[in-house]
Amino acid sequence: MTAMTADEISAIEERFPQVFRRPAYKRFGPLFLLLGTVLYLVYAMWFFTLPQVLRDSHWERLPLFLSQWVSYDLQPEFRLDQPEITPKYPRFSALGDNPNPDWVIKGPDGTYTVMIDGPAKSITFDKTQATIVANGQTVPVALTSGKPVVTGPVPDWITAHDDEVVAKMGFAGEVRVTVDRVKVRKRFLGWANFVFDTRSPFFGKSAGEVVSLIISGPELKPGTTNLALAGDNIWNNAQWQHGDVWTKLLQTIVMAFLGTLLGGIVAFPLAFFAARNITPSGILSQVLKRFFDFMRSVDMLIWALFFTRAFGPGPLAGSAAIFFTEIGTLGKTYSEALENIDDKPREGVVSTGANGLLVQRYGVIPEVIPVFISQTLYQWESNTRGATIIGAVGAGGIGLKLWEAMRTNSNWANVFYMVLLTLLVVFIFDNISNFLRRRLSRTIHDYNRIQAEQG
Amino acid sequence: MTLSVTAPSATASSGATHQMADAWRRQTSLRRFYTALGVALLLAAMFASMWFADEANAGHFFDRLPHILDFLSWLIPKDWNDVWRALFDVASPHDTGTQEFNFPLGRIYVWGGFYIPEYFELMLTTVNVALVSTFIGFIFAVPFSFIAARNLTPHPVLRLVVKRFMELLRAFPEIVIAGLFAAIVSIGPVAAIIAIGLHSIGALGKLFYEINENIDMRAEEGLRAVGANWFERVRFAGLPQVLPNFMSYTLLRIEINVRISTIMGAVGGGGIGEELKLSISRGFGAKTLAMVLLLFTTIFIVDQFSAWLRRKLVGEQAFVMGA
Repeated sequence: MTAMTADEISAIEERFPQVFRRPAYKRFGPLFLLLGTVLYLVYAMWFFTLPQVLRDSHWERLPLFLSQWVSYDLQPEFRLDQPEITPKYPRFSALGDNPNPDWVIKGPDGTYTVMIDGPAKSITFDKTQATIVANGQTVPVALTSGKPVVTGPVPDWITAHDDEVVAKMGFAGEVRVTVDRVKVRKRFLGWANFVFDTRSPFFGKSAGEVVSLIISGPELKPGTTNLALAGDNIWNNAQWQHGDVWTKLLQTIVMAFLGTLLGGIVAFPLAFFAARNITPSGILSQVLKRFFDFMRSVDMLIWALFFTRAFGPGPLAGSAAIFFTEIGTLGKTYSEALENIDDKPREGVVSTGANGLLVQRYGVIPEVIPVFISQTLYQWESNTRGATIIGAVGAGGIGLKLWEAMRTNSNWANVFYMVLLTLLVVFIFDNISNFLRRRLSRTIHDYNRIQAEQG
Repeated sequence: MTLSVTAPSATASSGATHQMADAWRRQTSLRRFYTALGVALLLAAMFASMWFADEANAGHFFDRLPHILDFLSWLIPKDWNDVWRALFDVASPHDTGTQEFNFPLGRIYVWGGFYIPEYFELMLTTVNVALVSTFIGFIFAVPFSFIAARNLTPHPVLRLVVKRFMELLRAFPEIVIAGLFAAIVSIGPVAAIIAIGLHSIGALGKLFYEINENIDMRAEEGLRAVGANWFERVRFAGLPQVLPNFMSYTLLRIEINVRISTIMGAVGGGGIGEELKLSISRGFGAKTLAMVLLLFTTIFIVDQFSAWLRRKLVGEQAFVMGA
């Protein structure tokens, strides 16, 4: 390519001034936008004291919490100050009242061996000394001098405090040794007692045993069939609370359904009076449109809080909150759809001398009904997602249960269970709503095409 | 208002016309039957839902209905000026020594005697949470949306992965993310930012890739012809076409995020939501009104500003389908 002369360059500049000599605000607009954004982010960092927050945060908890979503632990404790070493399990241990796990081995000479992850990660102890095995190392801990003493070098996975030696073994668990007790935390993948809790007579039985008990076993609880008993035990599982969780989930679904449907029913006639091309009165239209704005802009949260005050906490308050917000949202979208209609069918019906109601029924509604239904389905879908979040302020549904389970900071497996169910429901409803919309979309498409041809 | 259905030409005595009319009548009646059935099912589901919601609620609908305005009565202050006093943190003459009239949080002195009442500070937190989380959403949603768009994706498998990932982010309950991060970065606005930001990635990403799939591909073909790589094609053919629409949706998202961050505040995410919830649950009329007024004004300003900006960016088209 030959080099251009200065004349040629200026000639091109002359010809396309809109490209080369743009006003300064257009030329530097993106730069200013970028600069403004960066400045704002610096301000936000200062506003939220982000460095401080990050310094105080515990990111090491994240993998810990996430592993707790899909696992559970058992924490046996071995007292060394009794005449004989006795294993003790917490009261609500996942093993039930009569624990005898095969990973705790009592030797013939009174020593105990706890296999935290097979023999490769284990601890063997008697009253005088403990031997911790992990990561290919064997670390003896002497217990005779009044405090636990690690003999030999201390590996980095062991922390020796004054009165306690803590050996961390990763996901598998950890061991804490003091002179009078050995505490073990052993972690298992999976959800313990998901079907039957420890109080159930079916607890600890294999699937085959449970089935045969249900079909032909003797009545475990007099007066109830085994099938009913099993169902009751599952539904009222104390640890997983299946019954409560599913009921709360149903509440969330009902809240979204009821709120959206009622909102649609109320918004439907109002939208006709708000649509400028249909209503004869401009004032009425303005009043209704501002009313829709009001219903929408009073946040769903405020409605939820008010209705929990009025009706008490529960799905009724949640439905009412969604209902009030939806009057605003659907009223607005309905009336906009009405304002976009093709006027000719309506004129046709008017010309036959039909009264007002008939004009709407045969001249307007067939045109807008697919749009209305599609918008309502959209809102239904988005309210199903949103209902969990207002639930957390007491408006019923699974939100509050989720929030409570998290606040205790221990039931992360339960949280995950509820999250999975919520996700499942959202995906199913997404698909139902998408399917229904696709069935409708042909008509909407036709409607748009006709409009485009005439417009 | 029933329109009786008459055959197109009842006077014609040919059998074929009768057949046609009968078939048409049959079809209409079948259609009517299905419509009626659908409506009946919907009504049944509605009444069943109402009954269920009523049963599961703490107070029942018809028991509470006469008292529905009771809770509004505490909202109306004895003296309407209290609303202003509460808003600007001025002592009220009706102060009973409780927190009802006295603002317990205090003022933030900016310069000399000039102060910001804490309500405004809390509102500012809420708005900032919304802005920062929308920014996070935007920054991640833009590249994701180009990967997820059918016409621009670098690889179909990658496209599916990113699409599913965004769906997951969208559907994951925000309070769970907030709760998880509250345990890591402590309860407060940062946890709320992360939760709303992650949700915004999914929500914006979906809207963005739908825009991307509708772009004019001729520019992209031109760049492909001169041997541009994927990044260059997206940067010079895709981005300029879609940026105004992206900005429009982002502005819409800011509005939504202001609302969500208020709700997150009510469950421990900082900002005005928390105070509002406390105030309502304790029954502080003037205070509640002051906060609702503030929230209202803010939402109104954000709405109007973003509507104005969107009109400038993409014209009236942004308002057609209610987005």
